Amino acid sequence: MAIASAERATGSVHLTGRRLPRWAPWALAAASVGVGLLVQFSGITAMGLAPGIVAALVFLIGQTTASGIVEGRRHAVDRLATTLVYTTFVLALAPLLWILITVTIKGLSVMSPEFLTGTMRNINPRDAGGGLFHAFIGTLIQVGIAALIAVPIGVLAAIYLVEFGRGKLAYFISFFVDVMTGIPSIVAGLFIFTALILTGVLEQSGLAGAFALAILMLPVIIRATEEMLRIVPNELREGALALGVPKWKVVLRIVIPTAISGIITGVMLSVARVAGETAPLLLTTFLAQSTNFNPISGSQASLPTFIWDQISRGTNAAVDRAWGGALALILFVLVLYAGARLISRYFAPKTS
Amino acid sequence: MATITQPPTQEQPLDPDGIAGSSVRRGDRTFLGLSTGSGIFVLVLMAGIAVFLIWQSIPAFTENTANPLTEQSWLPDADPPVFGFAVLFFGTIVTSIIAMLLAVPIGYGIALFIAFYAPARVASILGFLVDLLAAVPSIIFGLWGLYYFMPYVVPAAEWLSQYLGWIPLFANDPEIWTKSILMAGLVLAIMILPTVSAISREVFLQVPRMHVEAALALGATRWEMIRMAVFPFSRPGMISAAMLGLGRALGETIAVALVLSAVFEINWQITAPGGNSFAANIALKWGEAGDVGRSALIASGLVLFFITLIVNMTARWVISRRKDFSGAN
Repeated sequence: MAIASAERATGSVHLTGRRLPRWAPWALAAASVGVGLLVQFSGITAMGLAPGIVAALVFLIGQTTASGIVEGRRHAVDRLATTLVYTTFVLALAPLLWILITVTIKGLSVMSPEFLTGTMRNINPRDAGGGLFHAFIGTLIQVGIAALIAVPIGVLAAIYLVEFGRGKLAYFISFFVDVMTGIPSIVAGLFIFTALILTGVLEQSGLAGAFALAILMLPVIIRATEEMLRIVPNELREGALALGVPKWKVVLRIVIPTAISGIITGVMLSVARVAGETAPLLLTTFLAQSTNFNPISGSQASLPTFIWDQISRGTNAAVDRAWGGALALILFVLVLYAGARLISRYFAPKTS
Repeated sequence: MATITQPPTQEQPLDPDGIAGSSVRRGDRTFLGLSTGSGIFVLVLMAGIAVFLIWQSIPAFTENTANPLTEQSWLPDADPPVFGFAVLFFGTIVTSIIAMLLAVPIGYGIALFIAFYAPARVASILGFLVDLLAAVPSIIFGLWGLYYFMPYVVPAAEWLSQYLGWIPLFANDPEIWTKSILMAGLVLAIMILPTVSAISREVFLQVPRMHVEAALALGATRWEMIRMAVFPFSRPGMISAAMLGLGRALGETIAVALVLSAVFEINWQITAPGGNSFAANIALKWGEAGDVGRSALIASGLVLFFITLIVNMTARWVISRRKDFSGAN
């Protein structure tokens, strides 16, 4: 009431309600950090994250109260929600950065030319040395074969869903592709073990691992390809069909080339996803300590199972090697991710 | 070409499908066959997984001398074989619930941040960063969790049981703090964050621009706009995002195998070890299992397959219903 009369007296009309000054949240943030530091150095608690939590609580409560008094309940709730939403984002980025930094530092400490070119053949778990060459070769072979199996089937299935599929069958396939993305990776490993290894079709080998990885890649490739095919403009298809081009040629010569960059992106993302899979490989390829170029016979190492093997040995030298393997694996995955990102950006289909 | 330009004759009655002539070309027929076959292959694969797992778990079920649902020990290679899934059900479900309680609200928050709070120019880059979290292989989560995250979780667990120990859930009678159920739940929470946030972000971005702008034009604050325009529209999508996250948490293997102790007993005190998960148990026991042991592990994999199948099918069914009412905008 007092404000309204004051406004009338001065002749100015405010259309907005009273707001906190712009500097208020910043000042409050600084004060909260101060309280946090106080907790840190006063020795009230020795717990690692406690000061940060205290500072965040002080900020939340302080801002909500101040805003509630000055701006009213609605704005107080809005500010509270805004702060919480920003906090969730920081909470998600913290572990990502923490993991990336840890893996980089710990991994670089064992990286050396010998580590990249050596194998674990005749290396005692307690001794330093050895390398991951055998594991890297194994991962390349297994992931490569998996892609060779999954890409044609996946792209063809996506073509069916977009270009031909109508009615119940298409609905069921589309539904189960989605459901398939949620299959636990270890179940894929169990399936290959029961269907191919127990029945004697294959022995425990890189090829068996590749089949398990292909199962996990398939739904990712189908979904990515399907999405890409759907954004190919219909005018292109209709134009070609109107000229009398057969449907299969329209798909192969017009639709696929238009969408190819997106399909390659999807394939690379699916490769990145399965390159880090450990569980299915433990059941299908087993662990190996030396290089095996033959995917059909004998156990074959891979980067994830190499890391698993080194962790389970538990000695300092072995765990150091595990970190080295982790760095190699994460670089491999990140290169695929970044590559997929670049391809989708620079070779994106030119729509209409 | 010929089939199109030829006028319909007496022998070739005009039918609507025949005009394009596409259905009679050999190339088209092969191509249709190949692509349909690939589509059907997906269905066959899903059925195949169920059939082979059932077939190979029959020996375990016939030789088991205990009730598989209530038995709390895992001695399938003993004579007579005794094993049950009770501990695995407990461990899998409790760790997943902890993960959901943390990851679902945080995941929604991240999705809201990227969809409505972050500046439009950086939003896609921030989204990419969160997706990057999904690219980190699970074994690296396990390695990091075991050596770097656990030293922070242990004091937090001690604090919880010291001040909230009167709640049975937070007490810790065995006085063991490492590799606890809480630890596994926390690592799982970080791992399913990108799943929950990516799907709910997609759903939030589909909210009709008109609804958002109308709410803001009527004077709603940003939060009121989200509550009144965004949440009602995207509720089914948010539910299935949470369920897909649950599906991922239920099936996660290697990270759980590394950060959850392999004691095979039920302990409700989440700051202590107790319980194991289906997937982690398979990975840990596979190497030393005999014939019946493997069959028992395959049986537990079968149970896991059906649990995740049900969760994922429900999630997809909920999200697919969304298409029915999205036409309202």
